[in-house]
Amino acid sequence: MEKRATFSNRYLPYALLAPQILVTLIFFYWPAAQAIRQSFMLEDAFGLSSDFVWFENYVALFKDPSYYQTLWTTFVFSGSVAFLSLSVALLLAVMADAEIRGATAYRTFLIWPYAVAPAVAGVLWIFMLDPSLGMVARGLKSLGLDWNPRLNGTHALTQVVLASAWKQISYNFLFFLAGLQAIPRSVIEAAAIDGARAWRRFWTITLPLLSPTTFFLLVVNIVYAFFDTFGTIDTMTQGGPAKATETLVYKVYSDGRLGGDLGGSAAQSVILMIIVIGLTAVQFRFVERRVTY
Amino acid sequence: MASVTLSAVSKIYHGGVEAVRGVSFEVPDGSFCVLVGPSGCGKSTLLRMIAGLETITGGTVRIGERVVNDIEPADRDIAMVFQNYALYPHMSVYDNMAYGLRNRGTPKAEIEARVAEAARILAIEPFLDRRPRQLSGGQRQRVAMGRAIVRKPQVFLFDEPLSNLDAKLRVQMRVEIKRLQRSLGVTSVYVTHDQVEAMTLSDVLVVMNAGQVEQIGRPIDLYRKPATRFVAGFLGSPAMNFLPGTVVDARTVSIGGGTLRVAPGTGTAGPGTTVEVGIRPEDLRIAAPGEGLRVAVEFIEELGATQLVHGRLGDAPLTIQVATGEAPSGDAFEIAASPEALHLFDPATTARL
Ligand SMILES: Nc1ncnc2c1ncn2[C@@H]1O[C@H](COP(=O)(O)OP(=O)(O)OP(=O)(O)O)[C@@H](O)[C@H]1O
Ligand SMILES: [Mg+2]
Repeated sequence: MEKRATFSNRYLPYALLAPQILVTLIFFYWPAAQAIRQSFMLEDAFGLSSDFVWFENYVALFKDPSYYQTLWTTFVFSGSVAFLSLSVALLLAVMADAEIRGATAYRTFLIWPYAVAPAVAGVLWIFMLDPSLGMVARGLKSLGLDWNPRLNGTHALTQVVLASAWKQISYNFLFFLAGLQAIPRSVIEAAAIDGARAWRRFWTITLPLLSPTTFFLLVVNIVYAFFDTFGTIDTMTQGGPAKATETLVYKVYSDGRLGGDLGGSAAQSVILMIIVIGLTAVQFRFVERRVTY
Repeated sequence: MASVTLSAVSKIYHGGVEAVRGVSFEVPDGSFCVLVGPSGCGKSTLLRMIAGLETITGGTVRIGERVVNDIEPADRDIAMVFQNYALYPHMSVYDNMAYGLRNRGTPKAEIEARVAEAARILAIEPFLDRRPRQLSGGQRQRVAMGRAIVRKPQVFLFDEPLSNLDAKLRVQMRVEIKRLQRSLGVTSVYVTHDQVEAMTLSDVLVVMNAGQVEQIGRPIDLYRKPATRFVAGFLGSPAMNFLPGTVVDARTVSIGGGTLRVAPGTGTAGPGTTVEVGIRPEDLRIAAPGEGLRVAVEFIEELGATQLVHGRLGDAPLTIQVATGEAPSGDAFEIAASPEALHLFDPATTARL
């Protein structure tokens, strides 16, 4: 159904929209346009002049093996973060749903991590995982594992995955819990009477009925892992050791800001923009097609 | 098939609500038992305990010879039809019906045969590929029935399965459920708060009130000889009239200045005892002036074949059902009833005398 508001003054709607449009223009379209322009330019070493070089920055990027390395790291990182945060959140939500249908105190408690700033999350996990200070690290060492994220790339990646996933769990949990509570109790009961035990009910009834929520969260989590984990990575590992934890977003920063390669960095931003547009499009198409049964 | 036996079954919910108190009765093998009572009297709770969806606080539930108190719903070999149908929204109609059979590892060929058979009986063959949301309420109801019958369970349980349908469809489905149960011969327990459904469907009728059983028996026996005032008022539409009366002698009660004869064998009390006299609206007739009890007319309802005359006898409200055209024209008239139509109740205990 379409809802239409009517205004007596035909300029009023434009006036009301103006501030929002202005903000979007100044803080999104303008920088985006800048980035696109920049990605076609090459600056000299001193940043004094720049030349229009067509797609040279992109060509250089796609010829650079380190870019593919970063791409791979990003996939592993995002995949692990999404999988870990989704599965832990689902487990917690199922347990919470069974215990308390509708109690809110518990939910408030579990949303806390989400309110923690990325940098703080990083610091928190550093304290736990730091090879000399952290209690988890000491525990691992006493088990015979030489935990050293400062030198070992896999350890470093594990560390940022844990911290990033942890931050997203509460968000996922809330959506999963809401999704679970939207499943009519009688449907689950009907399955129980139909001879399905708890485990089978979960796989054949609960999980399929949650699939719209799961898909939505999957996209949200991938977007999060791609773009919102910069602070966490920056506090914990700065992309190291030896770029083992460098994601695409972090590379934009390290190449542009630290490496001074503005053109290459801008080209990377444009590629990221295309990825985000692609993910959003997938999301919308799916959401429009089927959310409810 | 199997009988269902309840012995002193009780249920106390978390928070202390005593929903069911010491209920005992037996549903014989193959018979249709209806639980009826006002909202909140514990009907659904009792049914859900038979299904295994609620824990049993006290007493035992037996299906056949087996005590099922601690047996999972999956292992009780029952099927249930829910008020909101509870179909699996992500499965086709076919898969909805096949689900229970697949869970039990039934061979594929047999699943197909059984689903086809059920679909034929219920006339839902054209919808087998549809999702539940693409069906009307009546069609969903049939799918829910189909899901129950393909399993060939020991017991069918129904929790107000018709209450979401419109009046006409409800009557039609009621007849179909009865026919289906007769032909399959599966022991059934059916919950409703609709007394017409209760009367028409049941072989065994259980009237419940406030977590307890008021009376159990054949529906016509409950209708003819209600054991309590509650049962008397609950069964029958329009509802029974209750008038304050005083016992004159073993064969006579006085009501509002006049007297009515009581049939021999009707329980009564010593002369001078106050009693409540129950008379059904259809058992009252219009008497010649000077021969009956005087009733002031308030208004008349037309039901088509019959008319309901609402009036007052003294202070007590009264309803009389007469054939259309027989309603009196004036603003007062007199009524009489045959001695067999009188039910006397003790005002203190509400039990039948
Ligand atoms: N899960 C529950 N927790 C606590 N109390 C409950 C619960 N379910 C039902 N009750 C209470 O138990 C009593 C009986 O409820 P029940 O659902 O069995 O009634 P009912 O006879 O089926 O009524 P209706 O005709 O309205 O469906 C009610 O007082 C109800 O409030
Ligand atoms: Mg109920």
